Parts: sequence; C-alpha cells; structure tokens
Amino acid sequence: MSLLTVKDLSVSFVTRNGTVQAVQSVNVEVKENALTAIIGESGSGKSVLCYALLGLIPTPPGRIDGGEAWFAGQDLLTLSQRDLRRVRGSQIGMVFQDPMTSLNPFLRIGEQLTEPLLLHTDLSKKQAKTRAIELLEEVGLNEPEQAMQAYPFEFSGGMRQRVMIAMALINEPKLLIADEPTTALDATIQAQILDLIKSLQTRRGIGVLFISHDLAVVAEIADEILVMEKGNAVECGNTQAVIENPQHDYTKKLLASIPSGAPRNYEPKPQTLLSVEGLKTWFYTNAKTHPVRAVDDVSFAIQKGEVLGLVGESGSGKSTLGRSLLKLVNITEGSVHFDGINLSTINTPDLKALRRRMQMIFQDPYSSLNPRMTVFDTLAEPLLLHNLVNRADLGAAVRILMDNVGLASAFAKKYPHEFSGGQRQRIAIGRAIATKPDFVVADEPVSALDVTIQAQILRLLADLKEEYGITMLFVSHDLAVIRQISDRVAVMYNGKLEEIGPTKAVFEQPESAYTRRLLQAIPGQNVEFG
Amino acid sequence: MSSPTHHLAEEDIEASSLWRDARLRLQKNHLAVVGAVALVIVILAVSLAPWIAPYEYDAQDLNLGATAPSAAHWFGTDIFGRDLLTQILYGGRISLAVGFIATAVALIIGVSWGSVAGYCGGRIDAVMMRFVDVLYALPFMIFIILLMVVFGRNMILLFLAIGAVEWLTMARIMRTQVQSLKQKEFVEAATSTGLSPLVILYRHIIPNAVGPMIVYTTLTIPSVMLLEAFLSFLGLGIQPPATSWGLLISYGAETMEEYPWLLIFPGAALTLTLFSLNFLGDGLRDALDVRGSKD
Repeated sequence: MSLLTVKDLSVSFVTRNGTVQAVQSVNVEVKENALTAIIGESGSGKSVLCYALLGLIPTPPGRIDGGEAWFAGQDLLTLSQRDLRRVRGSQIGMVFQDPMTSLNPFLRIGEQLTEPLLLHTDLSKKQAKTRAIELLEEVGLNEPEQAMQAYPFEFSGGMRQRVMIAMALINEPKLLIADEPTTALDATIQAQILDLIKSLQTRRGIGVLFISHDLAVVAEIADEILVMEKGNAVECGNTQAVIENPQHDYTKKLLASIPSGAPRNYEPKPQTLLSVEGLKTWFYTNAKTHPVRAVDDVSFAIQKGEVLGLVGESGSGKSTLGRSLLKLVNITEGSVHFDGINLSTINTPDLKALRRRMQMIFQDPYSSLNPRMTVFDTLAEPLLLHNLVNRADLGAAVRILMDNVGLASAFAKKYPHEFSGGQRQRIAIGRAIATKPDFVVADEPVSALDVTIQAQILRLLADLKEEYGITMLFVSHDLAVIRQISDRVAVMYNGKLEEIGPTKAVFEQPESAYTRRLLQAIPGQNVEFG
Repeated sequence: MSSPTHHLAEEDIEASSLWRDARLRLQKNHLAVVGAVALVIVILAVSLAPWIAPYEYDAQDLNLGATAPSAAHWFGTDIFGRDLLTQILYGGRISLAVGFIATAVALIIGVSWGSVAGYCGGRIDAVMMRFVDVLYALPFMIFIILLMVVFGRNMILLFLAIGAVEWLTMARIMRTQVQSLKQKEFVEAATSTGLSPLVILYRHIIPNAVGPMIVYTTLTIPSVMLLEAFLSFLGLGIQPPATSWGLLISYGAETMEEYPWLLIFPGAALTLTLFSLNFLGDGLRDALDVRGSKD
C-alpha cells in the first residue's frame, strides 16, 4: 500500500542570478510499513523535496512549478497553509538534523512534548502527560518521569534526538520524515538512533522518509532508495538491488567513494619525529577548581613518515591534542618534543622557524580561510613570511602550489566565497603544504565535505604525503576514513588515550572495550557495497 | 614586528587588492557615488570659502537686518545683516573639520585600543576595558569644562576633547568584533603559519571588522558635529564671529517663526552632508565585503 506518492514534483528558486531548478520532476513513493531513503550530496535537492511536501518552502524565493503529492487521499501541494498545519505534526511527523537547536531551550521537555497533544487532540493534561511518558520510554530514555521535568540543556545530543523523535511520533503519524537525523551525532549514538528509527518503523508499521548524504547509513536501514543528483532522481529501487547492482554512473561514483579497503600492512618506521610525554591540556573556565581536562596525561610518539590516525567522539579531546602538538594552545603539564626540540621551552624566533616545519589543516574550510584575502594572498603569505621565495618568483611558486592541490591558477584572484567546499579545502591544504612542512595535523579535514569530494581530498592528501614525505596526524571521528589513510591508529576517550597500535591490529583485534564499541558502530559494515 | 607588510603585486597572476576591488564595487553603487560627489562638492565649497563667498564673513549691515533670500543675498541675511550663504560656507569649514578630525581621532584610538584588548584577552583586556568604563562613567561636560579650564579654549583641544569621548564606543564595538573573529580558524591558521600577533591583527582581523566600524563611523561624524554645536552654544566651543553649522542652526531655531530661512538653509546644508555620508558609508561597507556580488 502506498502511503505517500509524489509525482513529477518540480521546485525552483528565483535568485538574483536567475532561476535555480532545485528539484526537477521527481517521483517518490513511500509505502506503508517501509523505510524509503533519499540520498544525495549537498545541493541535490533532497531536503528541498521534503520541505516542499510539507509546505515549508518560503515562497518567494521558492516556487513549486508542478507535480502532485498524494497523502491520505489529498494532494499536499494544493492544501492551504491552515490545512497543512493540521497535517504536519498530526499525520506527518518530522525530525530534523540538529537536535541542539530544534528544541526550545526555555521550556521543559514535558511542556514541549505535550503541546502538540493538547493542540491536535482533546486529551486532558493528565492523559497527555501519561502519553508523553509512555512515548519517552518507547524511544529509549531512562527515567522518563524525570526527563519530563528537565530542560533541553541537561540532555546530550543523542538524548535530545530521542526527544525529537518522541515529539514527532506523539500524535501517531502514519508518515515520519527524518532529515539527516543522525548527521550531527557521534558514531556510537548514531548507531543507536538508527536502530531506534528502524525499530519504531517496524513496530508501528509506519512509513518513514529518511533523508541522508551517507550511503553507508542508509544501506543498513532502508527498504527502498532514491538517489538524487542536482535536482534529478537518477536511480531508485530496492536497497539491495541499488547497492549491489547500481545502474547510474552517479550511484556507482557514490558507492566507490565510500572509504573502504583493508588496512595496509604496517611497516615500522625507525625514526621518531614527535614524542609526547605525560601531556595534559586543561582549560580553566569559571570554576578554578574544576578545570576541563581536555587532554589528560597522554604519552605517545609519531614516527617520521607515518600517518597516525587519531579517533574519538566529540569531546574526547582529540582536536585539543592536535592543537597542543602545534603549540596552538598552551599545555598544562608534560612535554612535546618535535625533532628533539622541547616546545614548552622554545623562544619566539625559534618557534617561528619551527612553525614552517609543522602545519595544520582545519575541519571547516568555510572558516579556515580569511574571507577578505584572495587565494593568491592566502598562499603567498607563508611563502613570503618564511622567505621561501623572492618576489620575482612568487607568482610561479603560487601557481605550482595551486597546481599541486588541483586548482586552476586562473582562480588565483578569487576570494574563498567563490569556491565550493572541496575547492576551499584544497586552498587550505595548499596553504599548509606551502612551506614544505615535515609534520601536518589534519583536524577532521574531510568531515565537512560531501562523500565524493571527501574521496578526492583523501586521495590528494595521500598523494601529497607521498610526494613530500609528510608525517601526519590525521584526526577524525570517522573510522572508515581512518582505516583507509592511517598507518597506525590512536583511540581517544575522555581526554585519555585508550589504545594505540598499527591500523590492522586495532581494527581486527581491538584491546579496549571502548574501541570495540566504536568499531561496532561503523554504519554499513554488514552491507556489501557493489 | 617580524614580518614585512606585503602588498602583493604581480604581473602574470594579478593579485587584486581588497581596496582596488572595493573601489570597483563602489563605483557600481549609484547611490554611494552620488553621496561621494555631493560630499566632494560640499568640501570644495567650504574649503574655497574665502574666494567664493560673496561677502566677508564678519561684514555686518545693521541697517539691513534680517532679510529674506534675494538676488543680492541668495540665502538671505541674519539679524545683523550678515550674508547667510557666506556664514554657511565659513561655518561648514569648522563643522566638517570637527566632524572628520574628531572622528578620525576617535577611530584611531578606538580601533587600536579595542583590537588589542579583544585580541589579548584575559587580564590585559580586563584592565583596558575597565579604563574605558571609568571614562564612560565620567560626566562628559565636566570632562570638557575641565579641559577648557586647564588648557584654555582652542580648536585643537575641541577636536581632542570630542574625539576622547567618542572613541569609547568605538573601542567597545571593535573589541567585540575582534573577540569573535579571534575564534575563527583562519586566525589559528595564521598563528600556525608563524605570523606575529600584530601582523595577525592588522592583516587578518581588522580587515574583517571593517564593516561595522564604517557604519558606526558614518553615524559618529554627524553626532560629533551636533556635539560641537552644543558645546559652542554653551560658550565652550566656537565663538562669534566665527561660526559653525551647529551654531547657525541653534540661532536659526530661536528665530524660526520670524525668519525661517535662518533655520532652513543651515539645516539643509547639514542634512545634505549627513545623507551623503550615510550613502557613502553604506556603499563602502558593501564594497569592502568581498562576499557581495562582483557583477
């Protein structure tokens, strides 16, 4: 039985620079008791599609150019805003990406949860409360009575997302629309939420429309997949069929971009480049007596020429550790020796000279580039600062650098905002390798990128590492990426080092219980990708 | 400072500078161009006052008294029979000088103070900003009167006194800007490149804080002009026969019912200048934002 049938839906946006076709005659069907996933990269129109169904596209600039969306005997696209409001929240539930911002921070969980009940049904306050508690239990919150009294800030991201799901389900909708519901969550939490959504769907026999950019996530839970690229539906069908036997080139490209491959064999490298002894980096916030122990007594070494993968969930201290190694934050105790030089006792001129040899690549290419500097200025700055080229050769040096990171030198005059995320990350990588450093800390360099771009950037990093013999600390929350790129892996949890060893050993015989938990949470590991 | 100021110029890969791009963008903003042209005309007119003014600025004609605009006196005359056009041209010299110089003083002190406090943070920030708070708390009039009593009354002191008050808000705005910019990863990237804090400040942070500062500056210039009028009115600023727009307006306001032109013309001159400044300021802000469309 079909629950939602979308036919030939087209949506466009009228902007200053012309009309953008966001969705072009797309057909989707969500069956009862089934999970349909829409997968696509940023700009594919997957979110626009769902928002259009719910009448959440602001018009103008948005415009629905045509199509139908049949749900429960009515065409959603022809409903008035008033009728749509009745459908939203009662017959169709919604879960959004960021649980941190989609709950009102000033209202107790209980108040937010019972509000739609009191609005859409004639239950009494007491009955509504009982229902809410039952539902919180169903979405797996411990102590639901206490949870009703709590404010959102008392909850972690995963717990908030459970509350959001409870809220979406409270009026027993027949259709649940989930827009990237696990993207903002840690891997272990993501696995739990995916389980929850799938089990709620089968238990309640509802239809779920699940939007994601992550094929590995979708592969685990979806019954049907629709692949979107640049506003077009390029492929749809049974999940297994699409994954095992993709028809469209774009689907094949997506599948090929999933980081994979067996961990490489570890060849021990004899020379130590960086050694860390008893490193503690604590942050003193308001409470002087209770510092945040971001990095707490960590010791390890990085060998010359290797890629050390540093894994951990948010708040594990992995980024702070990376910054401590580069002396971008002040360490509290312990020592970092870079090529025999103690970073704690170094003087300013020596530090400047050392900065040439160690560089950083940041996560977010939107904030790591100065918006008011052209690519040329950004890349020329380190070259001039360290007197690596004279002015006459500067143009040529920048052109070589741009070529190395795969950017056309014609772009030199452009500003960062004129580039896509992947191109910006190339600029940032170019800046980091400009000084031919020995050591680079890459802090989640691909997490903000689409999966096909992620694959390209990983390849670029691997090539550059070979070419320049760069030693790298690769920080990431994504185990699949880490497995692909690292020689050795270090696992961090709560500021401490849980485990460190060759990639193959850590992935195949993890020693710590936490590592085992992390490994189990890798999405899509039970699925064979075609 | 450890690094040279590099203004990157290149022949083959042409590095476009922020300011050149900004000028190109500004030229495409018609309202801003109109504002700039009007401002230039006003500045030229008042600078050339001794040559183009039809009368001497202190030439009185008590027999004539206040007359409405006529062929001999385009903007009319005041109660002492002085030509109003001449008065406005000479008054504009003082008003514009006070407006621009005092604002420039405020801008330089405020931007430096605020950005150092914001960038250093911690104890330095606390001390620097408490100093600002103390000055804020000081009654402005008492401060100016004290200055006048101690140093005597002169123009330079007037500029300094007004500038010394206006920079406080600038410093606060700048500090907030710098604090948020400091968190950005491109500043961290600059640190890891090995740039010294001062270079990071003027190359990476201050250019990104320009937008709000320009808007606030264009708001400060008119408020400084009015402040001068207020001080002059109290006898602490400009003294007759020298005059300024602010003084002309306040005298005009007193006799508004009998001789409306005495208020209308100086008011129009001030308004024209303020509008031009605001259009130009908005245009500059947009032009300096490289994210604005290039075409």
